[in-house]
Amino acid sequence: MKVVNKKHPSIDGKGLMMGRKAYTDDLAEPESLIVKILRSPHAHARIKKIDAKEALKLEGVELVLTHKDFKRKPFTRAGQGYPEPSPHDKFVLDEFVRYVGDEVCCVAAIDNETCEKALSLIKVEYEVLEPVLDFEHAMDNKIIIHPEDEIHEMFPIGFEPKRNIAASYTMEVGNASEDVKNSDVIIEQSFYTQAQAHVMLEPHTVNARIDFQNRLVLISSTQTPIHVRRIVSQALDIPLSRIRVIKPRVGGGYGGKQQIHGEMFVSTVTLRTGKPSKIVYTRKEVFESSYSRHPMRFDIKLGATKEGILKAIDCYVVSDTGAYGEHALTVFMVAGSKVLPLYNKVDSVRFHGHVVYTNHTPAGAYRGYGAIQGNFALESAIDMLIHKLGVDPIKFRDINMIKEGETSPIFSIMGEGTEGTAMNMDSCKLKYCLERGAKLINWKNIYPYKQISETKRKAVGTAIAMQGSGIPYIDMGAATIKLNDDGFYNLLIGATDIGQGSDTVLAQIAAEALGCELEQVIVYSSDSDLTPFDTGAYASSTTYVSGNAVYKAAMKLRKMIMTEAANALKVDIEKITYDGKIFKTKNKKMTINELSNRLYYNEDQKQLTATDSYVGHKSPPPFMAGYVELNVDMETGEIEVCEYVSVVDCGVTINPMLALGQVEGGVMQGIGMALYEEVHISKKGQLITNDLLNYHIPTRMEIKKFTTEFAESYEKSGPYGAKSVGEIGVDTPPAAIANAIFNATGVRITSLPITPEKILKGIKERKED
Amino acid sequence: MKVKCKVNGLTKVFDCLPGEYLVDTLRKNNYLSVKRGCESSSCGVCTVLLDNKPILSCSFLTLRAEGHEILTVEGISKEAEVLSEYIGHEGADQCGFCNPGLALAVHALRLENDNPTKDEVKEYLKGNLCRCTGYQGQHIAIMDYLEEN
Repeated sequence: MKVVNKKHPSIDGKGLMMGRKAYTDDLAEPESLIVKILRSPHAHARIKKIDAKEALKLEGVELVLTHKDFKRKPFTRAGQGYPEPSPHDKFVLDEFVRYVGDEVCCVAAIDNETCEKALSLIKVEYEVLEPVLDFEHAMDNKIIIHPEDEIHEMFPIGFEPKRNIAASYTMEVGNASEDVKNSDVIIEQSFYTQAQAHVMLEPHTVNARIDFQNRLVLISSTQTPIHVRRIVSQALDIPLSRIRVIKPRVGGGYGGKQQIHGEMFVSTVTLRTGKPSKIVYTRKEVFESSYSRHPMRFDIKLGATKEGILKAIDCYVVSDTGAYGEHALTVFMVAGSKVLPLYNKVDSVRFHGHVVYTNHTPAGAYRGYGAIQGNFALESAIDMLIHKLGVDPIKFRDINMIKEGETSPIFSIMGEGTEGTAMNMDSCKLKYCLERGAKLINWKNIYPYKQISETKRKAVGTAIAMQGSGIPYIDMGAATIKLNDDGFYNLLIGATDIGQGSDTVLAQIAAEALGCELEQVIVYSSDSDLTPFDTGAYASSTTYVSGNAVYKAAMKLRKMIMTEAANALKVDIEKITYDGKIFKTKNKKMTINELSNRLYYNEDQKQLTATDSYVGHKSPPPFMAGYVELNVDMETGEIEVCEYVSVVDCGVTINPMLALGQVEGGVMQGIGMALYEEVHISKKGQLITNDLLNYHIPTRMEIKKFTTEFAESYEKSGPYGAKSVGEIGVDTPPAAIANAIFNATGVRITSLPITPEKILKGIKERKED
Repeated sequence: MKVKCKVNGLTKVFDCLPGEYLVDTLRKNNYLSVKRGCESSSCGVCTVLLDNKPILSCSFLTLRAEGHEILTVEGISKEAEVLSEYIGHEGADQCGFCNPGLALAVHALRLENDNPTKDEVKEYLKGNLCRCTGYQGQHIAIMDYLEEN
């Protein structure tokens, strides 16, 4: 390998650090109308009247849009394959508002100040309704959040809005409840996870203009430009052909930009006024009015033999989707499908439950996509079982977990919103990851804990995880590669670089296949007019799915190049050797530069371009063992994370450095969810932790030491042996940290985040016992 | 209102509203390297240097810049380019949105302290948040950059 599995700096890093115009708001028309949204102060209300007369009188106000300006047509903002597995339960604007921060109406004005003044002049009369704020009592509540008749599911997802249910799901192999009952050792515990915020540093931003062909052009900070185009087209009745969506550089997404935000508003404003417009969310809007991770409750039962063999897992889950059902079913399913197969030796497993509507900020896609919630619950419960059995945590996992060559019935039963795809674990180095991680964290010498001062204990904890690589038979990626004169290439991809470095990784795959230097591949991605189809950056799909498409397109082009070289050199293809730069026969030589110049200027003139696409036939999981070393102060409950060890099997790393960045960035967000990112909501449904002063993400002070390694692994269905790596890093920290805290203190924390208060309370209760 | 100040060495007169923040004035005047990430002085992406000291332009009134020298990353493009090579070497770029602010903070740190310890670097940069990288790659890169430049 010349280019793949090599550390290359990302191709855009330098320009971005130097401050080149690259992000959505940098590319807005200077004269854009400013669009702002008036948001609901109530968690649940009916709008009786909107009086915008005074606002419209203000000089510089172009228009005010209310629900009366839009056709009543439900859609989903979730950027997913079509038809979406999310309910169509959202109107651009509606007579009802369903959470604090929901959209009431929208104003377009010549500048920020005028726009804000106009918002303050709009008088809204509300009929305030009682909200549903307890997701555990949302189902069959007398208050119905979506009573409207037009909303619907696109195919059966267990949608029962009259019961406040956005989606339901049940799967069972064997008879789990019976098997648990008959087990020697039983664990029964509930776990809670919170509505973590993405906190991408670039807020949601989109701008619109009408181009010289009278088409609507959206520049959007999105993970899914193709889905944006389709959703806008369908919701606003604009032909797809009249819309172009461009994704420029994106300042982070992590799933938060896998649903649309201001697109409907800027599109409507620009179409009605003919003027360019833009919307940039405030940080408060990002917190209150975009999306969060789905809070969940897991009721887990485990049954094992007294020898330490896990026999049954029974899992009931309630998930809070908030006011709208974006990603409701699929996040719920991933909480099972990308967690439960870790323990594939069980006789029976059940996973069932409901995703309920509440009057909270809607939940949506967020890195891990249910797997982090499920991982916290299952890997904590497994640890409880291990302690009850009195066995070694690493040995127990080694005996009971999935291994290379094995499978789980869950793969064929559970997909994302649909049935799954059966697959064997052709690449699974989880055993290596588990053993290597234990060595790196010095498990033998620390487990369960060491007293390091009068009040402090040092402890270790672990959790294992898996994710996926794309959504098989649903999400497709495509690539076009064009040979230019002088022998360099354009790689055109629909794949969506949101900072994870996919432009660089996909260029490496193309360069490897074409045999050229990385610098010879010029990447252009995510422009619905100019790049081929790709469903976007989600479900850990880009390296695996789009990467396979790039590989296929590059090999196709390479073949075309060889044919032309044979023509030019007047020999059979088999007689030529080619290293990506020079074609050689016994007595002739020609460079790719010479060949391409000949093709474009001199003889046999023709354009060489190849396009190919790929849809997965399986979703090979990346695996990881996570280990934490932390100190707990037994007097204050304070926790200090000293080191986090990640040993990851993501197949061959196309770019080991960027893969490491994906893992460590994920681990940091997982640590944030585990320890710092507390969410508070008032009794009236107002999010209190709605800015970065009150919502605490890890700073560089909290991150002491990361040790990250990759297992030697080769996934034969992946490009150059690769699997995906975008999400796997986020999954293990909550359970690994909770397990370490138990090892230090004997206190089992079952709700996130794990705070010093909860630990102290636990220590006190144990003393009282 | 008119505000006269120097930006990246050139004298500028900005037309601004009394309550306008520097981040908005700069962006309106095409200094688009200055990003807006929050409105509560919490994230660091709007960092610019005022007389070589880092300030958060999202909470600094433009009026207060009168008579001062402002530096955006365009004004230290050579340093930013060199730093980006170290960051790139560690694979610690990712989305890049926080990087212009980070480059300015590192530049100011160098001016204040020519031989900072690891802990001093962390302490100085703690207000520059990054949600992508996990910080360690950035930290290694910055330490190497400071040592070798």
